[in-house]
Amino acid sequence: MPDQTAVHRALGMSDEEYGTVLDILGRDPRPAELAMYSVMWSEHCSYKSSRSHLGRFPTKAPWVVVGPGENAGVVDLGDGWLAALRIESHNHPSFVEPYQGAATGVGGILRDVFTMGARPIALWDQIRFGPLDIPKNRYLFGGVVAGIAGYGNAVGVPTVGGEVAFDPCYSGNPLVNVMCLGIMQREQLVLGTAGAAGSVAVLLGKPTGRDGIGGASVLASASFADESGAKRPSVQVGDPFEEKKLIEACLELYSRGLVVGVQDLGAAGLSCATSEPAARAGMGMDVDLDAVHVREAGMTAPELLMSESQERMMAFVEPSLVDEVLEVAEKWEIDARVIGRVATGDTLRVRHGGEVVAEVPAASLSEAAPRYDRPVAEPDWLASVWDDLLPHDEAPDLTAALLTLLDEPSIAAADWVYRQYDHMLFLNTVVGPGEDGTLLRVKGTDKGLAVSTDGNGRLCYLDPFRGSARLVYEAALNVAVTGATPLAVVDNLNFGNPEKPEVMWQFRECVEGISVACEQLGIPVVGGNVSFYNETDGVDIHPTPVVGLLGIAEPIPSRPPRLGAATEGMELWLLGPDGVDLAGSSFESVIHGHLGGRPAAADPVMGAAVIRLTARLASAGLAPVLHDTSDGGLAVAVAEICIRSGVGAEIAVDDWRLLFSEAPHRLVAAVRPDDAGVLVAMAGESSVPAVRLGRWGGDTIDLGASAGRWSVPVAAATAAYVEAIPRRMAGTSGDACDVLPR
Amino acid sequence: MTVAVVVFPGSNCEHDVVHALRLLGGEAELVWHRDDDLAGADAVVLPGGFAHGDALRTGAIARFSPVMTEVGRMAEAGAPVLGICNGFQVLCEAGLLPGAFIANRDLRFVCAMVDVEVTDTGTILTAGASEGRRLRIPLNSYEGNWVDPTRRGRVVMRYTDDPNGSQDRAAAVANAAGNVVGIMPHPERAVEAIIGSEDGRILLEGFLASVPQATRA
Repeated sequence: MPDQTAVHRALGMSDEEYGTVLDILGRDPRPAELAMYSVMWSEHCSYKSSRSHLGRFPTKAPWVVVGPGENAGVVDLGDGWLAALRIESHNHPSFVEPYQGAATGVGGILRDVFTMGARPIALWDQIRFGPLDIPKNRYLFGGVVAGIAGYGNAVGVPTVGGEVAFDPCYSGNPLVNVMCLGIMQREQLVLGTAGAAGSVAVLLGKPTGRDGIGGASVLASASFADESGAKRPSVQVGDPFEEKKLIEACLELYSRGLVVGVQDLGAAGLSCATSEPAARAGMGMDVDLDAVHVREAGMTAPELLMSESQERMMAFVEPSLVDEVLEVAEKWEIDARVIGRVATGDTLRVRHGGEVVAEVPAASLSEAAPRYDRPVAEPDWLASVWDDLLPHDEAPDLTAALLTLLDEPSIAAADWVYRQYDHMLFLNTVVGPGEDGTLLRVKGTDKGLAVSTDGNGRLCYLDPFRGSARLVYEAALNVAVTGATPLAVVDNLNFGNPEKPEVMWQFRECVEGISVACEQLGIPVVGGNVSFYNETDGVDIHPTPVVGLLGIAEPIPSRPPRLGAATEGMELWLLGPDGVDLAGSSFESVIHGHLGGRPAAADPVMGAAVIRLTARLASAGLAPVLHDTSDGGLAVAVAEICIRSGVGAEIAVDDWRLLFSEAPHRLVAAVRPDDAGVLVAMAGESSVPAVRLGRWGGDTIDLGASAGRWSVPVAAATAAYVEAIPRRMAGTSGDACDVLPR
Repeated sequence: MTVAVVVFPGSNCEHDVVHALRLLGGEAELVWHRDDDLAGADAVVLPGGFAHGDALRTGAIARFSPVMTEVGRMAEAGAPVLGICNGFQVLCEAGLLPGAFIANRDLRFVCAMVDVEVTDTGTILTAGASEGRRLRIPLNSYEGNWVDPTRRGRVVMRYTDDPNGSQDRAAAVANAAGNVVGIMPHPERAVEAIIGSEDGRILLEGFLASVPQATRA
């Protein structure tokens, strides 16, 4: 008998957790059983550190069809249409192996969405790295982008937007989040249930191999020290061609009504895809591992149960329909094997080599997972950080400041990234990457679906509650720029080590901030993901929740606002409240290398009013350009419009600091002079301040303040903005940096 | 049925092509790659995507799909045969068009709106355009870099810039008879103003107009 104590620790399980397993089983676990508990009870699968906080999210609204807990959230779009959405992280695998880590992140999120019955129609990637002057970060950035492109393009789902950001806190721990949206007709909705006793479990897709064993437990739920190379065997390898065939085969199964339930195989592989559907159905299941199609001979039962081989799905089928399911799989040239049968009772019984290797209560793997009420403590450094203020008593050279900001990779054009992603497939992309929000049409309807994904680690570091609440307002405003009204939020919560009380405090505050803002705006949270242990050598990342917000525009505007639509002679307006807020701003960070102060809180009344006004202006076509002033403030927002429109601008403000303030709820607009009166009237009705700051025209960006006047040629601004990322990435090769297969 | 749009495992632009052709008044139906006839179609489109996962080389496996025998017969008989992006690659591998494709010059995938110029109007794709006509059409490929050491290729559209290193800046190539055409950019992605361009219409309308009248509708 091997020493189980050593085994459970090697599998990432604590002694207390092992004790719980003994209590559940009333005996020592067999190796296969221990393997299943270790992956299902991992932080990644069980949310054991976060679950006690996640109940805080508001999740209900009349249009919510499926809330958190299933593979993806589902909302009602009206007229028989549903949307499925989900966001996930692949941070740790992407650090160990950037191309495959990012690629399999795309594959996983797609399966979460088409598991629900929906056809995935678009992806958004939120990626964060350390500064590009460090070669390792160039390698990670290049590899992640190539991996997203390599998988997303080949699987045939467009990547239509996202975020690209850089900060030293991500140098040892990049963040790679991905969101997916799918649509379906209501009758196509499928849930992850095993169905009634007798229903048959059919494993579809790629053969099972030894890749990704323990990915959820060993990799995703632990921190990095120096030996990250040793974890490379835990990273899975993606095959977009297999996934593409799997998508088409599954969609055919759904449209022909051949399945009662479906569960994808992601983290925890077969352990999850058998126990969770059985638990949801309140049933047991008999599983025969000898029937599993494998890529290599001699795999043990624990390996088969833990493998995270990609591109696999489990379908639950009524016995009379199994032959038809196998025929569909044959047509699409994917493997399919009957590997189990749903049984009465609640026991998950697994056989291998003719012997029973596991016999556990199915629900114990998911529902009995440990829950930790981890200690929470406000960081003792917080007060001194809030007091750490820059005086800003003198205006710097604003020409140089603006050009430096435009050359900052977090602010600069991300065209280098989006050019590598197919962002046009399916002919739905009305407003694509690089704009405030994405707008997709739904063909055959007059509906438009808008999405914005937003994160801001600096703000959430300085004040996790205020910072995360502002993300929700910012995402809602970005979506409003396309003419849409918010429908639902998914969130990806990227944090450091939850065993540190300060990290748990940041986590709790962020959950609270997102919850409060969503309640204020009436937006349900329909799903999310938690990624802890984003630390390397004991240093945690900034708390970095990412909010993905879906909105609907109906009817879809025929000419939604765009950054490139300003023309000579249009008026330049600022909508929203005044106010200098430089805490956590790009100006302080990039120009002064400073991070301190306390950022302003969202104003629920003003925030909601600005969002409503913006959606009205966009729908009515009254503002050819609407652009929120976030990273870099007003000066950068104006410059971005000038660069994309090929026109200059003249603006005057009293206090130069207003040019770089990142106070929330503000937009720049370009308005035809004839429409200015209507704009003022509509702003007045909404009680939103509207100030004319200048005009669009000429070929320079002229910034005027009481402290002086500065002028930046549009050509110089364009060069800085467009070349910032390509210049830093010059000399790297296109494909995952030489050593990795495409 | 008028236009058959072939679906290989890994194709992904087939629904977009059908959408565009129907929008322009054409009749189009999907045909699975294992079918060995084209169900009486008068013209055929091989759409974009990653047929057979681009295994070995783009198009290298697809040329052996059962449906390709009939595609070859139609090409020989003078029927309109159009390959878009990956479909262009398949036509080259099948020997229906000259040349082959290698990775883009910068070794990066390129998805961007590009300008192309019509340089030869004597084909089923370019018949509706005038020579020298410039069109804005999305390009979306990794292996978009066409090489033709024989220099037999008849280049019928050229990029005005050079996004991928393609020989002679070739964006579209035809056979001698002009009934088999491959185009690397995607005309089906440029048929509606709301998604950015309508410049692909003139090409696909020309293609539909070339489909034999007797059997239309």
